[in-house]
Amino acid sequence: MKITTELVDYISELSRLSLPEEEKAAMTAQLERIVGYMDVLNRLDTAGVEPMSHVFPLVNVLREDEVIPSQDRAELLAGAPAPDPEAFLVPRAVE
Amino acid sequence: MTWETVIGLETHVELATKTKIFCSCTTAFGGDPNTHCCPVCTGMPGTLPVLNKRVLEFAVKAGLALNCSITRYTKFDRKNYFYPDLPKAYQISQLYLPICRDGRVDIGGKTVRIHELHMEEDAGKLVHDPWIDQTRADYNRCGVPLIEIVTEPDFRTAEEVIAYLEKLKETLQYLGVSDCKMQEGSLRCDVNLSVRPAGSGELGTRTEMKNLSSFKAIARAIAYEANRQIELITEGKRVVQETRRWDENKDATYAMRSKENAQDYRYFPEPDIPPVRLSEEYLDALRAALPELAGAKRARYQADYSLPEYDCQMITSDPALAAFFEDTVALGAPPKQAANWIMGQVLAALSARAMEPKAMPLTPPTLARLIALVGEGRLNRNTAVKVFEAVFDSDGDVDAYVREHGLEQISDASLVEDVVTRVLASNPKSVADFRAGKDKAFGFLVGQVMRELKGKADPRAVNERLRARLAGEGPAPSRGGPRE
Repeated sequence: MKITTELVDYISELSRLSLPEEEKAAMTAQLERIVGYMDVLNRLDTAGVEPMSHVFPLVNVLREDEVIPSQDRAELLAGAPAPDPEAFLVPRAVE
Repeated sequence: MTWETVIGLETHVELATKTKIFCSCTTAFGGDPNTHCCPVCTGMPGTLPVLNKRVLEFAVKAGLALNCSITRYTKFDRKNYFYPDLPKAYQISQLYLPICRDGRVDIGGKTVRIHELHMEEDAGKLVHDPWIDQTRADYNRCGVPLIEIVTEPDFRTAEEVIAYLEKLKETLQYLGVSDCKMQEGSLRCDVNLSVRPAGSGELGTRTEMKNLSSFKAIARAIAYEANRQIELITEGKRVVQETRRWDENKDATYAMRSKENAQDYRYFPEPDIPPVRLSEEYLDALRAALPELAGAKRARYQADYSLPEYDCQMITSDPALAAFFEDTVALGAPPKQAANWIMGQVLAALSARAMEPKAMPLTPPTLARLIALVGEGRLNRNTAVKVFEAVFDSDGDVDAYVREHGLEQISDASLVEDVVTRVLASNPKSVADFRAGKDKAFGFLVGQVMRELKGKADPRAVNERLRARLAGEGPAPSRGGPRE
C-alpha cells in the first residue's frame, strides 16, 4: 500500500498529532515499511481461518454487578493538568 | 410531487444495573461531579475493564424480547475518536460481532426490522464555563452501560416512530432492563431521515438528528427536517449527509460542526476484554425467565376478565400498575371494579403526588378490602373514595379507619325510613313541588335525607324509599328488619 503525504496528514489529524514538515517524510517512509509488512502477511492463504482477536484462550471474564465505593475525587483529580475542585478542565469543547 | 419520508432509528438505552459496564462504580443518576468515578472509567493508563455480568444478561433479554437472533460468540471493539466526553479517546462498543441481530417489532399492523442491538459504554457530560472559557468534564455517566438498538429504515411517519418507541419502552420496562426515563436521558434517540419521491425504490441522502429528548421533540424534528430536505431538493439543491442537532427552543435543526472527520472511527478489536461465548443453557434459562409482556397481558385481561380494551391499555401502561391490578384481583376484587379504581383514584392519586406506580405506598390488600366493603354494601362509593384518600399514603387499615370515623354505611332500613318520614314531614313545599312535576325537588329531598344520615346511607336505597313514599306508599313496616 502506498502511503502518501496526504494520508499522513489525515492520520495525524485524526490522532491530534501535529507533525513538523521534516518529520512527515520520515513518518511516511516508516509507515510504508510497517504497512508493507502487512502485505507479506496478506500473501498467506487464510481462507477458513477464524480471525484471532485475542492472544490468550480466555472467554467470559465477567464480574458481579456489585457496587464498590468510587475513588476519592481529590485523589482522582490530583493528576489533572488544570486545577478545579470538581471536574477535569479541558479546552472549549461544547458548541 | 408527492414525497415520502424514510426514517431509521438508533436508540440508546441505559441499562438498570447497579454498576457501570466495565467497573464497579455506581450508576446512580446525578451525584456531585466526578464522585461516581474510578481509574477505569476515567481512562487512567494501566487499568483493566471487566464486563458486568448483568449487562450481558440484560442485553440478551432485550434481544430475545425484540425477536433477535443472539450471537453465540460476541466481542467488543474500540471506536476511536477524540472528544473529551470519553477520557480514553475511544468508546468500547461492538461493531463486528454485536450481541443481537435481525429482530423485529410489530407496531399496529406493521413490522419494523431491527438491524442490530449492541452493548457499549455511555460517555461523560461536558459543561462549558463561559467565565473561564473552559469546559468541565464530569465522568459520573461515563461507563454507564448502554444498549444501542438500530432499526432498518422502515418508518414512513412520525406516528410510526412514536408507536415503535412506545412499544420499545414498554417492552424494556417490563423486562426490567431499563427505566427508560427520557427526561434523565436513559432513553435517547437519534433519527436518520431522508426523503424521496413517493414510489421511488432508492434512498435519498440522509441526515442524522441528535438531541431529541421527548416524543414531542421527535415528532416536530421529523416534520421540520423532512420539510427542509424537500425544500432543498425542490430548489435544485443537494441534501448534505451530516449530523444535525435539534434545537427545542428554535424549533429547528442545525448542522453540528464538531464531527467533520469523526466518521472515521478506526474500529479494532478491544484487546482488554476477552470474547464472550454464550451457551444454549444460558440462553434457555434467560428465555424461560422472560416475564409476560404488556401485549400478552392485554390479551389475557380481555379474554379472562372481559375488560374493555381501553382499560387493558391503561392498566398495562406500567408494569408495576399491572402487577398491582393482578394482585388486587387475586385477592377477590371483581376485575372491572379493580380496574375502575386503578384508572380513577389510583392514577389520580399518583399523578397528584408526581409518583411512579412502583413507589406507591398503597398495597393490593388495602384496595381489595375497600372494594369488598363497597361490594358488601357497608361503604357507599363516595365514602369509600374518602377512605381511599385517607389510607393511600400510609397504606392504612381500612376497617380501623371506617370504625374510628363511624363511616360504615347505614344498613338499618328502619333508620332510613324514619329519616325519610321526618324529611317529608318537614318539607311540605318540596313535596308539593315534586308532585307538581318539579324533578329538582326530588334531588333536594334526597340531599336532605343524606345530610341527616351524614352521607352514610346507600343513595340507591334512599332514592327508592323516597320515590315509594312520594308515590303514596306508607312507611315500610318491620322495624329493625331487613330492607325490602
